[in-house]
Amino acid sequence: MRCTNEEVISASPLRVFCILLLEEDVLQREVSKGRKMEDNNKDLRRLISGRPKCFMIAGSPLCAGCQHGTISRIIGEVIDDLGIVGKTIAVGGVGCHSMLVMSASKFDLTTALHGRAPALGTGIKRGTDGKAIVFTLQGDGDLAAIGMGDLINATVRGEKLTTIFFNNAGYGTTGGQMAPTTLIGQTTTTTPSGRSPDTGGFPIHVAELMAGLAGVAYSARCAVNTIAQYKRTKKAVRTAFQKQIDNIGYGFVEILSACPPLLKMRPTDARKWFEKHMFAEYPLGEFKNVDETKIQYQVET
Amino acid sequence: MVEKALISGNEAIGYGAIYADCTHYFGYPITPQNELIEFMAREFPELGRTFVQAESEFASINMVCGAALTGVRAMTSTASTAFSLMQEGISGIASMELPCVIVDVQRGGPGAGSTQHSQMDYLLATRCAHGGYKNIVLAPFSAQEGFELTQLAFYLADKYRIHVILLSDGLLGQMYESVELKKLEFPPLPGKDWAMKGCAAHNYERTFIHNAPGIIGSYYDFMKRSKEKYERIKEEEVRYETYEIEDADIVLVSYGSTARAAMEAMYRARKEGIKAGLFRPITLWPFPREAINKMTEDKKNFLVVEDCMGQMIEDVELAVEGNAVINLVGSMDRNLPTGSGMILSKKVLEKIKSFG
Repeated sequence: MRCTNEEVISASPLRVFCILLLEEDVLQREVSKGRKMEDNNKDLRRLISGRPKCFMIAGSPLCAGCQHGTISRIIGEVIDDLGIVGKTIAVGGVGCHSMLVMSASKFDLTTALHGRAPALGTGIKRGTDGKAIVFTLQGDGDLAAIGMGDLINATVRGEKLTTIFFNNAGYGTTGGQMAPTTLIGQTTTTTPSGRSPDTGGFPIHVAELMAGLAGVAYSARCAVNTIAQYKRTKKAVRTAFQKQIDNIGYGFVEILSACPPLLKMRPTDARKWFEKHMFAEYPLGEFKNVDETKIQYQVET
Repeated sequence: MVEKALISGNEAIGYGAIYADCTHYFGYPITPQNELIEFMAREFPELGRTFVQAESEFASINMVCGAALTGVRAMTSTASTAFSLMQEGISGIASMELPCVIVDVQRGGPGAGSTQHSQMDYLLATRCAHGGYKNIVLAPFSAQEGFELTQLAFYLADKYRIHVILLSDGLLGQMYESVELKKLEFPPLPGKDWAMKGCAAHNYERTFIHNAPGIIGSYYDFMKRSKEKYERIKEEEVRYETYEIEDADIVLVSYGSTARAAMEAMYRARKEGIKAGLFRPITLWPFPREAINKMTEDKKNFLVVEDCMGQMIEDVELAVEGNAVINLVGSMDRNLPTGSGMILSKKVLEKIKSFG
């Protein structure tokens, strides 16, 4: 699907999805072509201009209308704000979600095999004697399908890691197949007549699941479709990192996003679809935020 | 005075790891390597080192990968079925060129096979998983050698920035022997300036170590580097031992615990006037192919003794280049047709006598 720059820019109120990391002058030109910005919209201006300090200038590897750029930017801004760029190590899972961070980050970065990011992160955290701030970037195939065991068991072991979970209700990188998070009735290349509960099961709610685990200090579900949501998401990501920095427990943020190629829609239609259906299945909110992990019962030795 | 201890083959590997200054162990219980993970759980925390019981071998091998990324000496241990589970992770480690040690205490197979000894992972360990990479494979035949080869394994891993497989087996793991606990000295190693510790450690230049050499960066450079590394290892690291080989008419080729039965059979044959000798590969990769090939100048009879249906025999066949007759003493020659059956020297002796 070919999209004009104007279409890409107008796919989101943030207008920053794919031009996020372009150089300033290019950025300004793109914006001026798209829609006239209201001068008093300072938030919008701030969001469009520049990039996090911990990101280099890099071409965006993402598709038109992809929201992973915005999420990546939030991660970068949080790392800037917390002043942890020097000791942060990112573990990218398999999928589109880590591509932008991979090409742009100034902090250390590695890639995990499909689903294994929390295990790899555990090794890094232990290898640096707990000193590094380790976070994983994982998509819904990587985390909710093949990597579910790794994620849950990392919390069971009480690891102090942070996971940013990109939920776009399908497999983007491999061409639009069903994920555990695919909505009932949603058409994908492996559910050509829509996901049926009889044969395809039910969407998994990871943020709620994580909230029920003792080792988890923070679990939230967010979105980035409006500036208000963007701000909430940034706060959540920051808290999820803070729980690791304060050595409290696992920090987890699920972020909903739209994937136009997966939905076989133009960016603007994909966003409409996303707002109509995703929020109906996946409620936003904070499901857990504790300052200490709780011991239910202890055998005296 | 050198400290001596009566320990199992599994524990000897644990002591080897301690003496090699391995600081991070990740593992998952599986028979017949349980004494090793239990040893590590007992000893490592006391020494201020890291022990983690993972939820699976998928996880433990990837934890080793993560720890090795940060430059520490990391290891895991497992047994056959779970060694299979680890293969993707090991391939990942190969793609990142990370030094670490993986112990496989072989049990029977295929499938869940048996919980007891065998030597059925030879091809998996030496031929590796997807992607055509190579790894060093060391095969001890006693608890003492297990202790020493573990130290060597860490040294070679760091020297070449490669992972090393220590191929033990259930029999060796469960066997108690007296071991001299002595730290081996090795030449100095290059520093690990590639290790990932947060970009502050590298003057705020990011370190990016990834498992996709064919997607990110130059695949050609990766393959060229690997090829050169493998050639250098083949050149410099082949290890084997020979016993009574000089005048031998028949050469036994055997590794690991089975080499003990082969050795006994060889000496018994000598007592009966048969000129037998034993060739014992210590590195299974790189395999001592040239040394075996050289023997074929005056030796035409080779008897491979290994507790499987014939795996190392393929390497021996390649080595002799058709210039010798090769027979096999394999799992079909166990004293019992069960999981606990063993290849005994008596059977090997019979095969020596009836060679042809």
